[in-house]
Amino acid sequence: MVMEWVRFLIVIFFVLFGMSIFFLEIFGVYRFRFVLNRMQIAATGDTLGIGLCLVGLMAANGFNWATAKMALVIVFLWCASPVSSHMIARMECATDETLLSNCRVVTLEEVEREAKEEGEGKDGDI
Amino acid sequence: MSHIRKQSEYEKTFASKFFQWLGGEKDSFTGNMEMRPQKEYMEEEATIEERMKDRQQALAEVYDSVHNKELLFFNKLYKCFSIVFCIAIVAVLIYTVSYLPSVGAEDKPTNNIVSDTYITNGLEDTGAVNIVTGMILSYRAFDTFGETNVLFIATCCVMIMLMVDEKELSKNKDSNDRIFEPKNDAILQVIATLLVPIVFLFGIYIILNGHLSPGGGFSGGAMIGAGMILYVAAFGFEKTGRFFNENVYKCVKVTALICYGCIVTYYFLTGANGFESLIPLGTPGKILSGGITLPINIFVGSEVACTMYAFYALFRRGGL
Repeated sequence: MVMEWVRFLIVIFFVLFGMSIFFLEIFGVYRFRFVLNRMQIAATGDTLGIGLCLVGLMAANGFNWATAKMALVIVFLWCASPVSSHMIARMECATDETLLSNCRVVTLEEVEREAKEEGEGKDGDI
Repeated sequence: MSHIRKQSEYEKTFASKFFQWLGGEKDSFTGNMEMRPQKEYMEEEATIEERMKDRQQALAEVYDSVHNKELLFFNKLYKCFSIVFCIAIVAVLIYTVSYLPSVGAEDKPTNNIVSDTYITNGLEDTGAVNIVTGMILSYRAFDTFGETNVLFIATCCVMIMLMVDEKELSKNKDSNDRIFEPKNDAILQVIATLLVPIVFLFGIYIILNGHLSPGGGFSGGAMIGAGMILYVAAFGFEKTGRFFNENVYKCVKVTALICYGCIVTYYFLTGANGFESLIPLGTPGKILSGGITLPINIFVGSEVACTMYAFYALFRRGGL
């Protein structure tokens, strides 16, 4: 009986967390004005939001084949969604002429050089 | 005894002209039809001035919403009538809804003999456990044949409009902006090598299992087409050209349509005339069962996959 309640609370936590991420996604997609910001928030919803919701549903479903299929769906989505966002970002970089006025562009070589100069143990963010 | 005709004699025959026309060597219109190059449309100065003056006059006098009383009256009338019209339409629709049977009522007109027959006799007649697939591919095979034809004609139209001639392209290279698109993305290639085989396998499973579980030719074909699009997006047209080019596309598409037509014709001929059909129904639940459902699923699936891929390829680079 206690375990049932614990499971129920876990399900509630994960599903509500996922739904709030979805809400943020929808809000952000309409709120942000720059393409890459919209891309980033949409990708967040497509990975984290769907992932949390599916984890909650897996917990609600118990241990059976449907749960395994949901785990497969998570793997599939987490493979596909970030890559599609990456392609959008790459297309934006290739086509937008005013990109440099909106954000800072750093190439991979520059990041590696900076990391070498600063010493090991620090990762540069792109 | 046969003899070899002279080349000049052969060129006069219908067959030679036909094959020349088929191969695109000779256009039967050139020389026989009057053709003039189109002139660019040029407007004279005076007509432009007159047009602008008319426009100014119309704006000043007719569309003057402050002083023109007729326009003011018309605008008010327009608003009133639009409100009345909307209310009338809403009233008519609500009045009609009140005559509809309530949800789930037993004597609804949709609960008729047709759906009863499909549900009770479906497995016996078609041999397919999935009633929906059995219904659309045997009772309504003619309808589905029309849908497949629609896909065929749609790709033909897109090809007519978007197919780019390779010779023309090599003449003026500036018009080809497709070479600037980003290519060979390492991240996409890794993910595509992981996902494409799974997508293909799942699509094939859905097509072959269409008569046993939800799915069928349309959904499975769409999946295979999406897998091919992902492959092209990751690796480019050179790699897909090795297993799927224009000739393969033509062969698959035409063969699928012809085979589908033949099977449906045979099925309807035997069924309508009360003959014994030679296609066995098999044991329901086995993979090789379902009579004509399984082969038709395969043909519809290949047709849909080709259509999806052709649309993508034609819109992206104007060729297969």
